[in-house]
Amino acid sequence: MPTETGRGVGLRLERVRRVFENNLVVIEGMDLDIDAGEFLAVLGPSGCGKSTLLRMIARLSPPDGGRILAEPQHFQTSFVFQDAHLLPWRTVLDNTALPLELLGTKRVERYIQARAVLAQVGLEEAEARYPAQLSGGMRMRVSLARALVTEPRLLLMDEPFAALDEITRFNLEVQLRELWQRLGMTVIFVTHSISEAAFLANRAVVLARSGGKICLDRRIDLPPQRTNDLRSDPHLGQRLGHEMKLLMGAMEEE
Amino acid sequence: MKKFLPPLIPFVVVTLAVEWMVRGGWVPSYLVPAPSAVLRALFDSRDELAAAFAKTSAAALIGFALSTFTGMAIAVLLSSSRAIQRSFYPYAVFFQTVPIIAIAPLLVIWFGYGMKTVIASAFIVSIFPVIANTLTGLLSTDPALRDLFRLYGASAGVTLVKLRFPAALPQILTGLRVASGLAVIGAIVGEFIGGQGLGSVVDVARTQQRVDKVFAAVLLASLLGLGLFALINLISALTLRRWHTSEQTR
Repeated sequence: MPTETGRGVGLRLERVRRVFENNLVVIEGMDLDIDAGEFLAVLGPSGCGKSTLLRMIARLSPPDGGRILAEPQHFQTSFVFQDAHLLPWRTVLDNTALPLELLGTKRVERYIQARAVLAQVGLEEAEARYPAQLSGGMRMRVSLARALVTEPRLLLMDEPFAALDEITRFNLEVQLRELWQRLGMTVIFVTHSISEAAFLANRAVVLARSGGKICLDRRIDLPPQRTNDLRSDPHLGQRLGHEMKLLMGAMEEE
Repeated sequence: MKKFLPPLIPFVVVTLAVEWMVRGGWVPSYLVPAPSAVLRALFDSRDELAAAFAKTSAAALIGFALSTFTGMAIAVLLSSSRAIQRSFYPYAVFFQTVPIIAIAPLLVIWFGYGMKTVIASAFIVSIFPVIANTLTGLLSTDPALRDLFRLYGASAGVTLVKLRFPAALPQILTGLRVASGLAVIGAIVGEFIGGQGLGSVVDVARTQQRVDKVFAAVLLASLLGLGLFALINLISALTLRRWHTSEQTR
């Protein structure tokens, strides 16, 4: 079992299997260790079981075989979806405070925490606005704030920036990386984007097209501090390009 | 004014045209009364019509309120399980297809002459759109948001109140708009048999060949329907204006 460090959760997947109702085997016998506080990117072609894997780890959908162990056993998980999925009838502040409300935190306390996390994602000025009054990037930042407000030990992200324009995506990637370094939770980040995986994660796994077999498991050899300069710095950019090339190679083999 | 002018112009044109055609003898007044005759009937029978209007309004409102609360409760129940939905929803559809005019005499047998029969008629006619629209709304909740609520341990009750019901509100209000008009129709049909209100005025005036009075009563019934419709529109504007496209593009 991977050890617990900082605020993160260590996970061990043992011979995990998931079969859909139409007898389609999505994941077959997957073994994977995820260290506490790790930033893991999961790549793979469409339909390879990336989202199914996240749902099983979130305990939203139980595995049909094998087991998923966690250390510690009881912890708060948050989920960020591909779209922001905010409640349109609630303000930014009320959307951010929603998880605390569901967990039974008192109103004053949850608003204090929600305002603090909105400040972290740079949205303190927008707390009274409704989702319809926000841009796509702002909505995604609210979604991120909502996920972080409970101070989760495990953050699951399912292609959260896929629908955003490139500049917004780059800025959010930097912001997410900073938040992860500051808060120390375990992050599992599903993406189709090789550059995103290489830039954000400190480890990436590539899943095979069928059965969720891991065809590449690689530590990303980049410095911990990652800003947009890394993309343009000749030396670091070369290393980023090298990581991308390796991931791309594994994806192309699939 | 911009909102009211477009429908007002055709109304004034048609009213003037009918007045001119009836006065000129092109349309016999025993078939279609002149609008001025309808206004005169409204004035001459104002006490009788006002009392009838009050009774019909009360019956339609009570019937509508009952169908709103009962319809929503049934929809919540139907949405709680696929098995319950499969077992009972066909009966709700069947209930809708039964012609109210055919079962109105039965209502008199069950509830007697008067208010109860009229309310029952308004209720039966208006409940189905509430059930159907509320059910559609409750079943259309975003699966990702349902997952989010599950992730934070929300109970079924909390999920209903804080997610499913507010998300279904636009569809529920659409159902209420349809139901409000049907409640007035149901009340009038009930009054034909149950013997009171505007329905009774129409029935009696018909036997007396008082077409002007029939039109006066029908006009009041329409105004009642419009009033209820406007009330639902007001509730819709107040609750949805900040977040739903339907109210932001009006």
